[in-house]
Amino acid sequence: MKAKVHVMLKNGVLDPQGEAVRHALGAMGFQGVNGVRQGKVIELDLAEGATEADVTAMCEKLLANTVIESYSVEMPA
Amino acid sequence: MKAAVVVFPGSNCDRDLAVAFEASGADVTMVWHKDSDLPQDVDIVGIPGGFSYGDYLRCGAIAAQSPICKSVARHADRGGYVLGVCNGFQVLTETGLLPGALLRNAGLKYICKTVGLKVETSQSDFTNGYNAGDVIDIPIAHHDGNYFADAETLKHLQDQDRIAFSYMDNPNGALADIAGILSENRRVLGMMPHPERAADAGHGGTDGQALFRALAGALTTA
Repeated sequence: MKAKVHVMLKNGVLDPQGEAVRHALGAMGFQGVNGVRQGKVIELDLAEGATEADVTAMCEKLLANTVIESYSVEMPA
Repeated sequence: MKAAVVVFPGSNCDRDLAVAFEASGADVTMVWHKDSDLPQDVDIVGIPGGFSYGDYLRCGAIAAQSPICKSVARHADRGGYVLGVCNGFQVLTETGLLPGALLRNAGLKYICKTVGLKVETSQSDFTNGYNAGDVIDIPIAHHDGNYFADAETLKHLQDQDRIAFSYMDNPNGALADIAGILSENRRVLGMMPHPERAADAGHGGTDGQALFRALAGALTTA
């Protein structure tokens, strides 16, 4: 089964990459992009029986740095 | 002084750091990331610059989980000294031995140049060879050196006099111009600039020498 983890920089932490993407979109003529935040998606192929709590522990210990990043876990329905 | 320098896959300043320790009189052992134990009676562990594990996931994140880093954490908990330079600083924040995190440079560019650093405190065995307020020239070479911490952490660092070095002309967007910080017991120093690259006349500058000499002075008599 596949779980997805979304990792984003926390609000209030400057995201210079997102800002550069926003500038580039504006320069290309795309109007009205007020902000861009860039994060990452991590797909985990897990053995049956793995729980959301397991994935949360992985996020806390490795997948996200909670000093600067927030995360959300998406388990298969 | 007995020093150990940790080598990760992707470290590239390990030898430079070892040479700087040796020049100050240290007996240096190189330690591989898969080793689980540091050599006995090590006084200081050096975590060098480079791109450990290709900077995968986040700079320093995978290195922080390596077997040797668990030993480094135990060494620090026992009151041992640790010096993390550049990627080594990133590893120390990822292990939690130092607070905060290093973000992508605000200008998004990798920066490699010599910068002016202000010595913020001489109250540590790393910095007592300088006077507070001294300005020294030390090279930087990093893409992710933009120090970040929350307001409460910054206040602790300032109140406890734990900012070791700050940039004269902030190159990377670092919070409060921070270039290097100390642990609460002042025995763990993490810094983005490379003192080992300014430790020999052949480097074009020797302003980093005082750091290694101060350490040797503190740890040889201990």
